[in-house]
Amino acid sequence: MSALDKGRSGDRQPSGVALAGDYWRPEGRLDPLSEKGRIGIGAPLSRVDGAEKVTGGARFAGEFTFDGMVYAALVYSAIANGRILAIDQREAEAMDGVVLVMTHENAPRLNTPPVFLRSPNGAAGDDHPIMQTDRVHWNGQPVALVLAETQEQADAAAESIRVDYAAEPAMTDFELARTHARQPDNVLGGPAEITVGNADEAFASAPHRIDAIYTTPRHNHNAIEPHALTLAWVKAGENDGEDETLRIHDASQCVDLAVASLAEVFGIDAAQIHVTSPFVGGGFGGKALWQHQILAAAAAKLADRPVRLALSRKGVYRVVGGRACTEQRVALGADENGRLQALIHSGVAAMTRHNNLPEPFFQATKCLYAADHIRLSIDVADMHMLANTFMRAPGESVGTFALESALDELADRLGMDPLELRARNEPERDPTSGLAFSSRHLLEAARSGAERFGWSERSATPGRRREGEWQIGMGCATATYPYMRMPGAAARITLTPDGATVGIAAHEMGMGTATVQTQVAAARLGLPVEKIAFHYGDSHLAGSVLAGGSQQTAAIGGAVIAAQRALVAELLALVGQGSPLSGLSPDEIECRNEGLGVLGDDSRFETYAQILARAQRSELSVEADAAGSEELANWSMHSFGTIFCEAGVNSVTGEIRLRRLLGSFDCGRILNPKTATSQFRGGMIMGLGLALMEETLFDPRSGRVMNPSLADYHVPVQMDVPEVEVMWTDIPDPHTPMGAHGIGEIGITGVGAAVANAVYNACGKRVRDLPITLDKLL
Amino acid sequence: MRAFDYHQVADSEQAIEQAVRSRQAKYLGGGTNLVDLMRETVERPQTLIDVTRLSRDIDETAEDGLIIGAAATNAALAGDARIRSRYPLLSRAILSGASAQIRNMATVGGNLLQRTRCAYFYDVATRCNKREPGAGCDALEGFHRYHAILGTSSSCIATHPSDMAVALAALDARIHLRGPEGERQLAITEFHREPGERPDLETELQPEELIVAVELPPLPMAVRSEYRKVRDRASYAFALVSVASMVELDGETIQNVRLSLGGVGTKPWRAWRAEAALRGQPATEATLAAAVDAELAAARPLPGNAFKLELVRRLMIAELSQRLSDARNGGDA
Ligand SMILES: Cc1cc2nc3c(=O)[nH]c(=O)nc-3n(C[C@H](O)[C@H](O)[C@H](O)COP(=O)(O)OP(=O)(O)OC[C@H]3O[C@@H](n4cnc5c(N)ncnc54)[C@H](O)[C@@H]3O)c2cc1C
Ligand code: SF4
Repeated sequence: MSALDKGRSGDRQPSGVALAGDYWRPEGRLDPLSEKGRIGIGAPLSRVDGAEKVTGGARFAGEFTFDGMVYAALVYSAIANGRILAIDQREAEAMDGVVLVMTHENAPRLNTPPVFLRSPNGAAGDDHPIMQTDRVHWNGQPVALVLAETQEQADAAAESIRVDYAAEPAMTDFELARTHARQPDNVLGGPAEITVGNADEAFASAPHRIDAIYTTPRHNHNAIEPHALTLAWVKAGENDGEDETLRIHDASQCVDLAVASLAEVFGIDAAQIHVTSPFVGGGFGGKALWQHQILAAAAAKLADRPVRLALSRKGVYRVVGGRACTEQRVALGADENGRLQALIHSGVAAMTRHNNLPEPFFQATKCLYAADHIRLSIDVADMHMLANTFMRAPGESVGTFALESALDELADRLGMDPLELRARNEPERDPTSGLAFSSRHLLEAARSGAERFGWSERSATPGRRREGEWQIGMGCATATYPYMRMPGAAARITLTPDGATVGIAAHEMGMGTATVQTQVAAARLGLPVEKIAFHYGDSHLAGSVLAGGSQQTAAIGGAVIAAQRALVAELLALVGQGSPLSGLSPDEIECRNEGLGVLGDDSRFETYAQILARAQRSELSVEADAAGSEELANWSMHSFGTIFCEAGVNSVTGEIRLRRLLGSFDCGRILNPKTATSQFRGGMIMGLGLALMEETLFDPRSGRVMNPSLADYHVPVQMDVPEVEVMWTDIPDPHTPMGAHGIGEIGITGVGAAVANAVYNACGKRVRDLPITLDKLL
Repeated sequence: MRAFDYHQVADSEQAIEQAVRSRQAKYLGGGTNLVDLMRETVERPQTLIDVTRLSRDIDETAEDGLIIGAAATNAALAGDARIRSRYPLLSRAILSGASAQIRNMATVGGNLLQRTRCAYFYDVATRCNKREPGAGCDALEGFHRYHAILGTSSSCIATHPSDMAVALAALDARIHLRGPEGERQLAITEFHREPGERPDLETELQPEELIVAVELPPLPMAVRSEYRKVRDRASYAFALVSVASMVELDGETIQNVRLSLGGVGTKPWRAWRAEAALRGQPATEATLAAAVDAELAAARPLPGNAFKLELVRRLMIAELSQRLSDARNGGDA
């Protein structure tokens, strides 16, 4: 037992924080910051960059400039498969201000980019050659790029370019493609089929059965900031090509991976590329590396001018992948008591042969219910389309729609309360991996949520509650998303007499990372938040942290824990003889009151300033790698929650209006209730969009996206959003940094089904095909 | 978007003169539709003549109606106290459309002449008879959830998207036009055309002709009028189906009725057949059902918009029933 675990009783608020130990080990120590009441942790600190953002002071990637900068515009293909026969660019080249027209005929030779999850350097969405040949692979692929002195000139010139194609047969109809589906070689690095026992047999003999097909459409990324970048090839000295560096201001959620990928594409050293991304107007999985960044850099090289490329909203739809459509089967076999004997979740998702993301819709099903027999599988249907990619809770968001709708159907069949059915199938251990859960309080979240929501008011029989034309119903569904902490994280802490700077190549895309990590670093180092500067969004900073998979909070946390330990060790090495701290080891130390003190001994203490001064140091800087993510091998680690929805269905028109949404979450220790609330709420609103309106219109005849604008692609508007309440258990996970889990994605999960279940409860119609539009209820 | 000439004019005379002098000129109202179409290269004018300085007044007419300058903004019109009390459905129709920002920019003239939202019309990489007569229509077998079931042809099934125009159709509004040949007036129901073989010809407007005003005849029954719009989200979406309605009862006999539809017609759809089947008939469910059937007999639904047939039927019945009960409760206002 550590010093920390002893002697912390009574009413004394801990003033300092001992160093975190081996939280990732079965017998490991809890990170002391996960304890309740830790100074600063759990405080509703307002965003550190809030004022800068609302006053326009924050500069986004498309707002930087370089001397001599030109503007780029893209020409997109109008066929889904085939060859470019000819490009007529004469008119464009003669137009005012035009500096360059780049096509496959004059583009510099580029290597094929490494694909995300396929290569360690992979940040790219797909591995198509980029403007290297006359081949067209999807409808919307960039086929030419124009540079001009103004954006308007570039746009006008791009419009004047005429492209002749030789179209070839293209697989653009999912209905057709699914008949040729194949099993992918992996799903997020794991198997594409998972079996426990014999689910098909068990299902066939189960007394109560639900067997249904659920379909979900394609979705497109619609971050408020469309993708943009400003870049320059900067020469170090006179005619010294070797030392040229590529300087990029990008809107990125993976600065480090982007550098690694770009280095491969351009065949240069990663040290020659510098990407920064201090502010990102939403990422959601869409702001990795796509063709536009590579094309901008190639054109800048060719023209020898700095370039700004800002995709139009339509451009985002043409070059940035979205969520793939799925067709899922859920088959549930249960006994008289509702205990699941068989659970089958299988189906097909659209994909291409050039990316590696089978929409992982069975992810949530892996851990949620204790079924005796389980079979999960994902097949992919290859199509001529822009590669699909990650979009907030890829897999879980659409997978929980199918699974949690089916559970509701089963509850209805059994005449059982849907929450009770779920409780009866609460597993002791992870049903597919067999691992113990590190922290699972789903039932507690469900119970407190139900109470707060007034779930007991729900009528078990659909169609019972009516107000005028409106039929009103309630539904619920389980939300879940895995905990992750990816390798590669490192942090640098630089301590001066005035405070500390924490630097890490992580990202702030609006989630509140900069704010929360400032809070955490302050608590860990015993400094006030004003004395912490958190630096991020710069590939020159330590480590490589992906803002994805809801893992940044833990990844940064783990890196800062390691850096703090290194810092304390170095400080102790500096203290020398005269210090009250001399001769101590880091585990006997805590950070408190802007300095180091001895655990359990208030009298032995020195400020950082004193230690530095005695050692005649103006600063001390350390960098350390986060410990490996062993915890993921030791436990099944997930966040959980229950979503409650009250929906009104108009009996005349079929219109659906949500009246209330509530999410009750179990996501470890909540570090900042203000930013957390926004994350949960934002996720739930996105879930509302998924449930009721989001749908990419992909024309099956041409493979063309027909609604590439926010007028035609519907996301919720203010009036669609009812009161959204969020609450949480705040029970720390003993095996994670700060006891926390990432919370960026769980909010969207479960919402689709909660809405569908509420609609069923309102009017008795079961909609298994998203989005739930009014025509499906007439 | 390609470069264009831009002229601001003070009145309709100047506007027309400028239009006659210019090549490929378009009048520019708030630009909320035209500029979008220019960005997509669907419209490629060489000259824009800004007509937002034309009259934006809303004045009383000698007959106790109102006359609205073509440059009045949608927001100003919807907010006008006389409109709100005498023609409430017009105010509601406008407020149900677009967004506050767009309504602040959009003009009455521009609203009447806004073009369809058909996705294929907007995308020059696809086939569209309205953009390019004879090219074909990709919507027929493509996405046509927002398309028409009334007044369609084998050439085009696009809806006229305006909410305001649907209300104006119910009010028998008159469009005041002015061109090089002088002034004329048209009933709004004669202003827009059905597509037939020439979906590119959307209105009776002649080259260089300008909308100068919209006149609302007096209509006491409009005091109890409504506009109800059904759409895919709570705001900021075009109508799937909308209904503008008002009814006057004489005892239990329908003395007078006005009914027009949005989202289902290739033009702002005045439900003449339904009105004829209602007028002078007893105010019963059977009368309503028969009237609705009469109107929808000619409907030609397609797989992607077949739901509109049922939806518009239900909405017409619900709205007419409500107007009848309003009339009963409100006495002979
Ligand atoms: C995202 C979005 C959502 C929308 N949603 C809705 C909706 O829900 N319901 C709805 O009804 N509308 C909706 N609109 C359309 C909007 O109402 C129209 O764009 C607007 O009314 C057009 O008016 P304007 O003055 O901007 O026209 P402009 O764009 O300036 O012009 C449109 C056309 O009218 C011509 N024109 C303009 N003034 C005159 C004149 N005086 N004489 C002759 N010709 C003239 C122009 O040459 C042009 O061809 C929406 C628009 C957008 C962009
Ligand atoms: S419906 Fe009309 S506007 Fe749409 S593609 Fe067909 S012809 Fe063009």
